[in-house]
Amino acid sequence: MKLTATILLTLCAATSSVTASAADVIKSGARIAASCSGCHGTNGATQGSALPALAGQPKDALLAKLKAYKSGAAQSTIMTQIAKGYTEEQLEILATYFSSQKK
Amino acid sequence: MDRRQFLQAAGASALLASTGCASITGQAKPHVVVIGGGYGGATAAKYVRLWSENSIDVTIIEPNANFISCPLSNLVLGGSKQIGDLTLGYDNLTRNHGIKLLHDSVSHIDPEKRTLTLLSGASLSYDRLILSPGVEFVWDELPGMKVAGAQDKILHAWKAGTQTVALRLQLEGMADGGVYAMTIPPQPYRCPPGPYERACQIAHYFSQHKQKSKVLVLDANEDIVSKPALFKRVWKERYANIIEYRPSFRTVDIDVGARTAISELGDKVKADVLNVIPPQRAGAIAAETGLANVNKRWCEVGFQTFESTQAKNIHVLGDAIQGSPLMPKSAHMANQHAKVCAAAVVDLLSGRMPEQSPIINNTCYSFINDKDVIHVASVHTWSEEKKTLLVVPGSGGLSSAPNALEGVYANSWAANIWSDALS
Repeated sequence: MKLTATILLTLCAATSSVTASAADVIKSGARIAASCSGCHGTNGATQGSALPALAGQPKDALLAKLKAYKSGAAQSTIMTQIAKGYTEEQLEILATYFSSQKK
Repeated sequence: MDRRQFLQAAGASALLASTGCASITGQAKPHVVVIGGGYGGATAAKYVRLWSENSIDVTIIEPNANFISCPLSNLVLGGSKQIGDLTLGYDNLTRNHGIKLLHDSVSHIDPEKRTLTLLSGASLSYDRLILSPGVEFVWDELPGMKVAGAQDKILHAWKAGTQTVALRLQLEGMADGGVYAMTIPPQPYRCPPGPYERACQIAHYFSQHKQKSKVLVLDANEDIVSKPALFKRVWKERYANIIEYRPSFRTVDIDVGARTAISELGDKVKADVLNVIPPQRAGAIAAETGLANVNKRWCEVGFQTFESTQAKNIHVLGDAIQGSPLMPKSAHMANQHAKVCAAAVVDLLSGRMPEQSPIINNTCYSFINDKDVIHVASVHTWSEEKKTLLVVPGSGGLSSAPNALEGVYANSWAANIWSDALS
């Protein structure tokens, strides 16, 4: 059954150019980064001037800031509370993703 | 669902219905239909397009011409914002993302045939359906409100728009020395802190323009549902002579002519402006399609995909779902549901297994006057053990006190989440 299903899926994927792009994996980090965009804009393209845009920030600086929020070393109204919900690995994925986005 | 089960399910559906394969690989692109263009639906539609790199066609069905935000709409009642400040068009979803928008309503869904019929008579087929219908008011629990014309006199203003503007006019027209009373239904209801923010907004208005007037909060719940310590402190320190709070006042009927709320114990409270926030359940189309299986009110979903447990190929998100523990019915949550759901829909239509460990968060800002704000926040992640989304221990929390900085952040939040949904 498993083999049959795999073959079927493979056949489906192989016979269509439409599927080719749909079948590409969603860009690494995009899903978890999307949990930030409610406040920080799609792909870190932050609207308005109250907050700095996440997109295009240097990875090291962003990661250091996120870790400081997580540890409580950096004071904030809300980001310490949010950052504590993410693992260090997840914060690294976020910093990598946003640093690679266009400003 | 583990990988083996997924492949079996995918294989079985491919074997049973060649259309399952054809819809992916045939000439036509897969088609996702989204019912409801609010915080959940609009965001899901956009992200299905983004993450499929436009290889999935998306149609939104939304009866309203414009998006009007419920968050911030209490500020229209308080007088510091206008409804136009909260009103946005859908044009960018079409222009920037190629999403088709039908200003129509859905009259029937056939989950077996994967088709739906619109009020206009047109019909559509879908490969996957995303239902983000919001809430419907349960007027049956307030018989007096079912009398013709009652709902034009006694307003809810719990869906932002004409009701919001009309309630503001009632407040402006009320003589100084009058009483504004609001009834709050038992939870769960849309926007847990919303009624208490509303009390603050109207008290703020009275404190500036009608100093002899009162705000009376008639709450079916035993205590303030969200941010209780913060709201109590604000009411004591800023609105002590204006706001009166009555817990455990479960409204069971309204005498519309007398502008009187009647509790289950028979207590009657008359007001000059009576504002009834009715009991709620998932939007009507969800129940009609057999998806509202929890207390006949809310839709149960799997939180890795937001697919209904009651119908295949139908996903439900936003206020209409039965939330996981401590998950509020909020705009921010709907935004977060939408992206987990969109990723899963793209994965499933591409023959991939959806991601297994989603992480989402919530932020609710409440304005306690025209500039100071308090928040509640939380982070929720998949628990393989409990098979649901649970709050990450140690995450989340509240403001320490009302502050103007968070007022700036709250307006920034609105600009960003509107952009995330609609641009």
